[in-house]
Amino acid sequence: MSIFVDENTKVIYQGLTGSQGRFYGLRNRDYGTNVVGGTNPKKAGEDVDGIPIFANVGEAVAATGANASCIFIPAPGVRAAIMDAAEGGVEFIVCITEGVPAHDEAWFYNELKRDFPNVRLLGPNCPGIISPGKCNIGITAGEIAKPGGPVGIVSRSGTLTYQALYELKLQNIGVTTCVGIGGDPVPGTSFIDCLEAFEADPDTKAVMMIGEIGGSAEEEAAEFIKNKMSKPVVSYVAGVTAPPGKKMGHAGAIVSGGKGTAAAKMEALEAAGVRVGKNPTEAGELMVEVVREHGWA
Amino acid sequence: MDLLEFQGKQFFAQFGIPVSDGRAVTSVDEALAAAEAVGYPVVVKAQVHAGGRGKAGGVKLANNADEVREHAGNILGLDISGHITRTLWIEIASDIAEEYYASFTLDRSAKKHLGMLSKEGGVEIETVAVENPDAIAKIWIDPVDGLTEEVCRAWVLAAKLNPDVTDGAVALLLKLYTAYVEGDADLAEINPLIVKTDGNVHALDAKVTLDDNAEFRHEWDDYAATQVRDVREEAAHEKGLQYVGLDGSVGIIANGAGLAMSTLDVVNQAGGEAANFLDIGGGANADVMAGALQVINDDPKVKSIFINIFGGITRGEEVAKGIIEALSRVDIAAPIVIRLDGTNAEEGRALLEPHLSDKLQSKPTMLEAAAAAVALAKKN
Repeated sequence: MSIFVDENTKVIYQGLTGSQGRFYGLRNRDYGTNVVGGTNPKKAGEDVDGIPIFANVGEAVAATGANASCIFIPAPGVRAAIMDAAEGGVEFIVCITEGVPAHDEAWFYNELKRDFPNVRLLGPNCPGIISPGKCNIGITAGEIAKPGGPVGIVSRSGTLTYQALYELKLQNIGVTTCVGIGGDPVPGTSFIDCLEAFEADPDTKAVMMIGEIGGSAEEEAAEFIKNKMSKPVVSYVAGVTAPPGKKMGHAGAIVSGGKGTAAAKMEALEAAGVRVGKNPTEAGELMVEVVREHGWA
Repeated sequence: MDLLEFQGKQFFAQFGIPVSDGRAVTSVDEALAAAEAVGYPVVVKAQVHAGGRGKAGGVKLANNADEVREHAGNILGLDISGHITRTLWIEIASDIAEEYYASFTLDRSAKKHLGMLSKEGGVEIETVAVENPDAIAKIWIDPVDGLTEEVCRAWVLAAKLNPDVTDGAVALLLKLYTAYVEGDADLAEINPLIVKTDGNVHALDAKVTLDDNAEFRHEWDDYAATQVRDVREEAAHEKGLQYVGLDGSVGIIANGAGLAMSTLDVVNQAGGEAANFLDIGGGANADVMAGALQVINDDPKVKSIFINIFGGITRGEEVAKGIIEALSRVDIAAPIVIRLDGTNAEEGRALLEPHLSDKLQSKPTMLEAAAAAVALAKKN
């Protein structure tokens, strides 16, 4: 099994007619994802390499039975695109777009919780999600992930996620689902949402969690792991040496006033029984150890 | 983007928040003219992107032209925590009866806006939060609901301000919330929020941080023009690169913010220090790589360069071709260590092979590459 997306997920690409949307939408289809449509109000009735374009998500859902959407719309249009997807009837929305204003994120996070409690938003500013061998939504290179299990991955960083997938593949260890939650201040899906889903997924035996400096999401995840998780967790937190007060690329990756440092996060995770690597390679090795110890692969 | 105090006050004024009449000036003569215009006594305030201005001697009261001349002369050019004062704000002095604190920011854990209000203003709110947490009235606002007058009033009452100013405080805080939301601020803070001896509530200071991601829907060119950037950061910014200048000697180029931060970590663990954070993004084509190398090469502190690329969708051989072409375009002084991994990494490394030398090494793992780059930086 896998979490959030699998072979039955049918995806609409909002922004499929744009260059990024087209590139990744077609790549995802090549991987095996059920890409059933795209949206663009000005190009309804046309197609992108055989994929039909609809005026909005509601029409796309009615015509195709889609249950997920992936957003490649520029930042100014993201708020409207997310509401179009929720109102259109999909249950899972992946927003790849970066640079979305924080006030928009705070607004649609709370609006979805209130009026669309069954809709899950992943992102914005995330690489997407892949259940290897079944469904790949977003910008992850599918071939660097080995299908199966027993490991589930949740990460705030794109390239570090690829690194984790790749190192596990080299060790012949499979992944149920790899979720990139993104580095923005108000992510639609949190570490805890993913940890909870992995805990409930019978094929996921262990979880790798990749964090970053800034905010308190890792500390909150540590609390959840301590109290609610039976499965082993291995972690890495990037940014031990990042100087305070400097923004490092991701909007979320900023340390201020001693809060949100990598050291504090690693300490909280270790106190929750998590094995914490001091670099991505070491975290990969720790995960391999856990898997081998239990004879899972 | 952090605003200077006077920009923050101009920002507040757009939303109807009462601020003191004042002028931004850059010379003693202009300061004198400004003081005449607003009327004595005035306060002469250094405009820098740093706290602790008062302690550094950057805020002075002036009762007449001689005092303005003296203070303006002393404060212009004053170094406040490494920031040289180039601009002064000359504002009419206020008769202060009480000093409060008010702010709005985003609470990332609660995923709601957080309002903080305290009658213990004028000092560091962090100190109040630690020593007397009950003195801060907090309110969490759902962005969908916004801040209603009723909720705002209850919040003001909870903060136990002087009851005579409740109406004035409610009116100002509603405007501050509007400024925070409609102005796309990450932080809108007034410390101190004062009650004047005439009973009016008034923003005596302004600390505003705007969300750079929202620039597309605002006119922020004037604010952007006064931002102070490291010269290296300025050059990188012009090339569209994500760059943060640091103090070490190992230049870093990586693809992805997470990997770049992680590269800083492994360099540190290998006993070295990074000269910068540089994220070239997902792809690694020759143009981007050449631009990144140029920026690093122009930094005199750099003694070695560590290029850390993990190929995802961009394949190893494309990355290698990009690096080789970039090296043919830019003459690099410091030796380079490359770690190329991920999709088609072996093919990529094979392409690099004929170009390897003392000045260009290739290492298979991040840790080995970090160790090599640190050793080179120390040797040079």
